[in-house]
Amino acid sequence: MTDLLVTGEPASQAAGASYAHLLEVEDLRVEFRTLDGVAKVINGVSLHLDAGETLAVLGESGSGKSVTAQAIMGILDSPPAFITGGAIRFKGSDLLKMSREERRLVRGEGIAMIFQDALSALNPVFTVGFQIAELFRKRRGMSRADGMRRAAELLDQVRIPNAKGRVKAYPHEFSGGMRQRVMIAMALALDPEVLIADEPTTALDVTVQAQIMELLAELRRERNMGLILITHDLGVVADVADRISVMYAGRIVEEAGVYDLYRKPSHPYTLALLNSIPRLDLKGQRLNTIKGLPPNLLRIPPGCAFHPRCSMAQEICQRELPPLRELPGGRTSACHFAEELNRE
Amino acid sequence: MSEVILEVRDLVKYFPIRTGVVFKRTVGHIKAVDKVSFDLHKRETLGVVGESGCGKSTLAKVLMNLEPATSGSVRYRGKDVLKMSAAEQRRLRRNIQLVMQDPYTSLNPRMTVGDIVGEPFEIHPEVAPKGDRRKKVRELLDVVGLNPEHINRYPHQFSGGQRQRIGIARALALRPEIIICDEPVSALDVSIQAQVINLLEELQDEFGLSYIFIAHDLSVVRHIADRVAVMYLGKIVEIGTDSEIYDRPTHPYTQALLSAVPVPDPTLRGQRDQIVLEGDVPSPANPPSGCRFRTRCWKAKDICATEEPALVVREKSEHPSACHFAEVRDVVHATSTN
Amino acid sequence: MSNSMMSDTQAKALPHATETGAATVVDAAKSDRPRSLGSDAWRELRRRPLFIASLVLILLFVVMAAFPQLFTSVDPTYADLNRNLQPPKWENWFKFGVDGQFGYDILGRDVYARTIYGARASIIVGLVTVLGTTVLGGFVGLVAGYFGGWLDSLMSRFADIFLGVPLVLGSLLILSTFASRAHDNPSAFKIASLVIIALVALGWPVFARIMRSSVISTKQLDYVAAARALGARPSRIIFRHVLPNAVAPLIVVATISIGSYIGAEATLSFLGVGLQDPVVSWGVMISGGITYREVAPHMMLFPGAFLTIAVLSFVMLGDAVRDALDPKLR
Repeated sequence: MTDLLVTGEPASQAAGASYAHLLEVEDLRVEFRTLDGVAKVINGVSLHLDAGETLAVLGESGSGKSVTAQAIMGILDSPPAFITGGAIRFKGSDLLKMSREERRLVRGEGIAMIFQDALSALNPVFTVGFQIAELFRKRRGMSRADGMRRAAELLDQVRIPNAKGRVKAYPHEFSGGMRQRVMIAMALALDPEVLIADEPTTALDVTVQAQIMELLAELRRERNMGLILITHDLGVVADVADRISVMYAGRIVEEAGVYDLYRKPSHPYTLALLNSIPRLDLKGQRLNTIKGLPPNLLRIPPGCAFHPRCSMAQEICQRELPPLRELPGGRTSACHFAEELNRE
Repeated sequence: MSEVILEVRDLVKYFPIRTGVVFKRTVGHIKAVDKVSFDLHKRETLGVVGESGCGKSTLAKVLMNLEPATSGSVRYRGKDVLKMSAAEQRRLRRNIQLVMQDPYTSLNPRMTVGDIVGEPFEIHPEVAPKGDRRKKVRELLDVVGLNPEHINRYPHQFSGGQRQRIGIARALALRPEIIICDEPVSALDVSIQAQVINLLEELQDEFGLSYIFIAHDLSVVRHIADRVAVMYLGKIVEIGTDSEIYDRPTHPYTQALLSAVPVPDPTLRGQRDQIVLEGDVPSPANPPSGCRFRTRCWKAKDICATEEPALVVREKSEHPSACHFAEVRDVVHATSTN
Repeated sequence: MSNSMMSDTQAKALPHATETGAATVVDAAKSDRPRSLGSDAWRELRRRPLFIASLVLILLFVVMAAFPQLFTSVDPTYADLNRNLQPPKWENWFKFGVDGQFGYDILGRDVYARTIYGARASIIVGLVTVLGTTVLGGFVGLVAGYFGGWLDSLMSRFADIFLGVPLVLGSLLILSTFASRAHDNPSAFKIASLVIIALVALGWPVFARIMRSSVISTKQLDYVAAARALGARPSRIIFRHVLPNAVAPLIVVATISIGSYIGAEATLSFLGVGLQDPVVSWGVMISGGITYREVAPHMMLFPGAFLTIAVLSFVMLGDAVRDALDPKLR
């Protein structure tokens, strides 16, 4: 259906295998089957990530960004979620075609994930050292003592003061920001090549958020990891992302490099979003709003899903779904009038 | 400067920490709000910002008398609210109202929207005669941008942004003079936040409201507030107009806070003055002596531990700032020449 | 269905709005008509087979208790010693005007008729007991949970005293103490009331606890604070805001408890301290039939089966109600 063109990234080389991208999602489709009907949560999402780069997946609630991440990690609850199409390639191999065992091995060692709420992601009845050490015991066959030692090293790497002492502490004894660091340490334990961060700082204070984002950026640089940052915060994205994929109603509506996206958004949704957020450095007049509400995923509007809320909608928008097309400058947009926006 | 309608002086709220099973004794206090003073003028929006644990939510509850104050005074049009009789306080509710943060828990799920917005009239029957109430409720729904035909629906049939509008309609019902907004847009999607913020601003213009707007999102507060108070560990550390606070902050905490807020402009990467604070916020049960911020402040000297800085205008700060070494530092705009 | 996926029929533009374009109809929503949580729960319940099945059975038992004549024309007290201990007459099943379908007991009375009439005592005791415990326990829990402080401590400790006494043992004690005073031929009504009082006295703390914890968590919710912020008096807050929202767990437990109290009555009758001959209940019948279980098992089996099915249906009903009322499952 959509014709996503990969924009000239260099092919990565690994021992023996060669593949276009470290992680590649192609035309992914996911539906949620509920008593009230089938919700098409993801409708043909394609994205790619290379080592050392940060891809931001931007969207609001209901856009499908978290479900995409969960699909990549293979942690979707099925039922009610069902992957009905597409491929997820990690270093060339399609994760969706692997056996459960193989898939499980990729998790943690190839691709790791951190979540929004560290308190519910960590087991409250075990010490943090124990939880990290378990990873080493199970996956690398280390002894418990060795595992604890590695755990202390990891806690140090994520800049927890007095790491050796805190190895024996329980999750609830840490503050919010520190818990997030513990979760990052756990995710990085097995040296993954891709880290997916699902709204990692939404629940944190802004000063702590700055610390955590800086930590993530540094770790990514040191380890040359690929980072997928899932968020709705346009400020955070501007600070750390290299490329951005904007999602709406289960589809990618725009993809561009960070500077291009902010300077000249080429999709009405992105444009409207950027115009509607209050900014720290500007005291504006009335905020431009996006009228209406996010779509009901049980009944996505025909044609372009955004057309009921779009200030530029024309008759064609109700009929025809705009494909994700390439624009000059190595970016894509799924709008019938993308060229006009890009030109202005 | 328009008239002052609310005067808060030395407001204190301590929560006792109790231990013991059968007979509890008090072993300490959480000093949630510790001698907070400020004025609120007519038709003004005072923003109160701070991070978790600073006491801003407690401040909201104390101002609304949902929690009894430990000491201090809150004067509404000259009369001390905290010393009023119960009947007077009930009547006062008509003048000071509250909009809450979470649209999913702030409405009774078993009441229709009409009942929820109409409840203020039932509690204060002198405001509107019985026959009029339905009509007034419909008007209120219309004013906040909802369809009056939905008056018989239940909260769970509305989206988050719409529920927040219902909460605003409820707060507006008695035509209060002051509305305290406790994080009214934090739980909403970005594209919906703008709608609700615009609504609040329009209502302010139309009904002459004054807002105390409590939030942690500094960009939102910048947009809507006329004056801003910055709180840390139960105290106001800096207060001034929005341009004073955002463009010319003088307190180190304000500067650190502002520098941490990301701005949606990638060209500013590496151009802004970055201040990264070390360590964690101290416990409000045991705040540091003297200036509470000194344990994380890069300017801290001996005097900071012995003498608590007052919130006053200073040599290098044209607006009140509680720091012995207050001076202006722009952390919001691009300052380095790269 | 999460509400972030719902859309409303009309997001109406503000009267003073300067946005371009009129308000658009985003989507025809499911919610065309007002839908309260109660009606939602009812819709949920209606589609569960477990609920339908248990409801049918319960209605059957209730009708049986209210109008036993609809099920049998035989007199349950009529005793013909000539036919004592006779086994069930299978050929008489599903026929009208005959008797002996379940056999006869030691005194020659028709077991089927007695089983039908026995439903009355069991169901009534079960229902009234639950009514009593729910109202009493609910009230205490509400007051203790809402007002807190020393009132809460007092009431909770008081409830703890009763909680410490095991149900059957305690009832045994109460009933044997008081029943012995009413020696000669106490009426069925008196004994039944005594049984109910004993069970309520020992059972209310459980309900009080449930109500109390539900009230404590409900009163901390934002909409209760909002009502206080409006200046609502405690009575309004309690009856309009707290009670309707806190009562759900109590309803679930109450429904399930009907079953266990029916069982408890049977136990007490079986032990000889509850209802006795000539009053007929399932427990009484089982008690009478135990001695003859080897020669005439039908005396015990049929009332036992009815008892089990009745208890089970209430438990299933309670399960279904809990699933329908549980907000987390929506």
